[in-house]
Amino acid sequence: MTEDAKAKNALEIKDLSVAYRVAGRNRAVLRNLSLTIGQGEAYGLVGESGCGKSTVALTVVRYLPRNGSITGGAISLDGKDVMKLDAEALRRARAESVSMVYQDPGKALNPSIRIGRQLTEIFELAGVSGQAATDRAIAMLNRVRISDPPSVMQRYPHQLSGGMQQRVAIAMALANDPSMLILDEPTTGLDATVEAEVLDLIAQLRQELSASILFISHNLAVVSNMCDRVGVLYAGMLVEEGPTEVVFNDPRHPYTVALLRCLPRGGQRKDQGRLDTIPGFLPGIGAIVKGCAFADRCALADDRCRTELPPLYDLGDERGRRLSRCFHHDKAQALPRATPADVAPAPKPAAAPVLRVAGLNKTYASHGHALRAVKDVSLDLRPGETLGLVGESGSGKTTFARLLLGLVPPDEGGTIELEGKALAPKLENRGDDQVKAMQIVFQNPDSALNRSHSIRHLIGRALKRLAGLRGAALEARLNDLVRSVRLTDRHLAVKPRQLSGGLKQRVAIARAFAGDPRIVVCDEPTSALDVSVQAAILNLLADLQAKEDVSYIFISHDLGVVRYLSDKIAVLYLGRIMELGPSEDVFSGPHHPYTEALLSAVPKLDQTETARIRLDGEIPSATNPPSGCVFHTRCPRKIGPICEQQEPPLAEAQPGHSIRCHIPYAELRRLQKPAAVAAVPA
Amino acid sequence: MSVVQTTSPPQDDTRRRGPLAEVFFSLMRSRTFLVGIAIVLFWVVCALFGEHFVPYDPLADDIINALAPPSRDHWFGTDQIGRDVFSRVIVGSRDILTVAPLATLLATVAGTALGLLTGYFRGIVDDVVSRILEAFMAIPVVIVALLAIVALGTSKTTVIIVIGLSFAPIIARTVRSAVLAERELDYVAAAQLRHESALYTMFVEILPNIIPPILVETTVRLGYAIFAVATLSFMGFGIQPPSPDWGLSISSNYGMIGGGFWWTVLFDALAIASLVIGVNLAADGVHGAFND
Repeated sequence: MTEDAKAKNALEIKDLSVAYRVAGRNRAVLRNLSLTIGQGEAYGLVGESGCGKSTVALTVVRYLPRNGSITGGAISLDGKDVMKLDAEALRRARAESVSMVYQDPGKALNPSIRIGRQLTEIFELAGVSGQAATDRAIAMLNRVRISDPPSVMQRYPHQLSGGMQQRVAIAMALANDPSMLILDEPTTGLDATVEAEVLDLIAQLRQELSASILFISHNLAVVSNMCDRVGVLYAGMLVEEGPTEVVFNDPRHPYTVALLRCLPRGGQRKDQGRLDTIPGFLPGIGAIVKGCAFADRCALADDRCRTELPPLYDLGDERGRRLSRCFHHDKAQALPRATPADVAPAPKPAAAPVLRVAGLNKTYASHGHALRAVKDVSLDLRPGETLGLVGESGSGKTTFARLLLGLVPPDEGGTIELEGKALAPKLENRGDDQVKAMQIVFQNPDSALNRSHSIRHLIGRALKRLAGLRGAALEARLNDLVRSVRLTDRHLAVKPRQLSGGLKQRVAIARAFAGDPRIVVCDEPTSALDVSVQAAILNLLADLQAKEDVSYIFISHDLGVVRYLSDKIAVLYLGRIMELGPSEDVFSGPHHPYTEALLSAVPKLDQTETARIRLDGEIPSATNPPSGCVFHTRCPRKIGPICEQQEPPLAEAQPGHSIRCHIPYAELRRLQKPAAVAAVPA
Repeated sequence: MSVVQTTSPPQDDTRRRGPLAEVFFSLMRSRTFLVGIAIVLFWVVCALFGEHFVPYDPLADDIINALAPPSRDHWFGTDQIGRDVFSRVIVGSRDILTVAPLATLLATVAGTALGLLTGYFRGIVDDVVSRILEAFMAIPVVIVALLAIVALGTSKTTVIIVIGLSFAPIIARTVRSAVLAERELDYVAAAQLRHESALYTMFVEILPNIIPPILVETTVRLGYAIFAVATLSFMGFGIQPPSPDWGLSISSNYGMIGGGFWWTVLFDALAIASLVIGVNLAADGVHGAFND
């Protein structure tokens, strides 16, 4: 790189407008977007889905889909005008100066070509061949902290875990030593522990490389940890921009303010108040926006906001250049809540458990080996209580839920008791009353709602089968139920595909509540949703719980969400409960070393970063679990041979709080002192 | 008390159309489909109304004019007993266009039921039924037809049953794989959590979602069925004289080719070919429309 180029910005976007042609009409996706990324700077672009984040990334490398066109503005990459490049120059620019890492590494890698070949190919394009290319590939894999690169190079993508795949994708992106690295949701869909690893890697690489980074994410916490500056995108317009810390701690646009309020932060719990939500919806693509695009959803909006497009005000902050596209930027933080914070009274005093599970096991046969998906799980759940199930993928959370529901029969021996009566292992053998008493809200509403049926049919059928209603009674209850999940009559006639993700999930919740269940399993119900929609769904679940006295078994990889909703937490690892106790005790510690690592892996908005604990490698295979304590292979607090030889019991450390660890409770308290302080809510 | 708004989501007017309308518009844009369906419709019209506009009675003989070459009076010539070949070709689509679609319909209904059964229950049911179906598929249609005709006697019904049942396993296989994929979706688990019967789950929950592959397979099978019917009538099974059926006409006239009377066979053969091609083009279009 010449001295001259160094002086230039890595990326300059000026007044960029992009439209997609749909049904013969150009629909604006980006509107007069301007942003600049300096050399070596990491710039975060945040916003809800559909606001145009990925379009920015695609436009920079001119990878827009065929119906997309740039309707105005200029992009310059490293001082070169991207729009003026001919096909060959564009190819060279893509090969040499800019790289992209996409969300799903499984799709970004070619499944039928070995990792080594995919990597060396890039060097060959750059004119290095043979052994030299192989050496460079190995060096690159070393750089992304992949141990034993030669063996990884021999493998196919499907033989690598998600985290490894993403690291290979990053290695490929870095292979040409790009000056600009575009990361489009690089950790979405990865486990928190793996996400932490990938983010650490990106942070470390930033120190070593000169590349500037455009980091696109819907996860505000991730962006706040990774980026120097952040831009908030709404309906294809930049609404706020500034240094990351300043924007997140002192937002000056109502949208940013609202977005930040949607997140359960600092250990907030359901009995401490509802989450705030953002009413309404993002304007559809190509919607004609007169005035401020956010005005319809903004409580601060006045007539001027609705008729006149606010300019990007330069707020002249001494902490760095601040921009806000709001007439009321000075009082943005006074945005009134969209959802009142008041909550229903705290749960009643403990009654007899509604669910009691004892010694539950599930063993699958896998290629002649026994795969113990769930091992010796015992717990109970009281009415109106929420049990949060946490653990990495592969820890047996979903299997456990399916065992309870009877979708999968457990091994002989364990018992599941619902309101004092034993449940048959198989769903077919359970009574109708028992079946309707335990329902589920699935993770993915597209899979859970039959796409051929109308919403009326979906909910109506559940009422007919589970509540035994017919005719007018069914109709009346249907209307009640639809209202209680805050849908309207208009939604009844349509098919699921005509609804947004959040509305679909409401339908799924209505269906689960049709038969007045005692227990509802929520399997990652908000993981596919935007934060504002997630907040609304969490509020809804909390309200329904207070009203119906229903118990939840809540599975989520988002510990903030689990903490908000749960009264009790079970931490699973390789199908075993590692820790079980009241939510506050588990989160504030002392906790099991695994719980400690999980908590430490979560990116936090409030950067109270202390000593971070990272788990190496992957969760071991359940067909061949480690001897002794199953966690000893990854445990940062392993004390010695006893961990490898003896499986510790799940011992009650304090009333109601059990930990499966050889380290005594008092010792854990001493070891985790600094971390425990950091985890206490601010 | 809560103020969560539930205005309907931003709707794109392009997405207002239902999935079926989407497919329809896609078909109307597919040249392949349009050409195919035009050929098929031509023969359907001939079958329905052909007898009213053909120049001669297709069954009337005229021994004096036997084996006349194509001329202004007889565009496609006449056959060995002087029947007008043009009139016979036009009207000759009638039987094949009843028998082949009915056979395909039977194959679709039986195949869909079997596919739902094997795909839904999996395990032992799937193993047993699938092996039987595979064994069935290994026997050539013509052999099955011969045996069936010996047993049941020659009739259109026999042909429909024979072709329908021999195509059913092929459709069953397609349906089964579609059902296996659907079965993994959570809505099936949700149905089980309502204690729905297996029949309800198969026919009300799963079936509507696998209509596209069934439609595609059905149109493809129709092409094969037409060919199979023509083959069987050529061999003398199924459609019987004096029907002007194409396969039958070829069978009774192909001895004449050696004598130079090519017109007695050529036009019937072209008619069969055009119908099969038309159906296949349409099938291609349907496949494309569903897999856009």
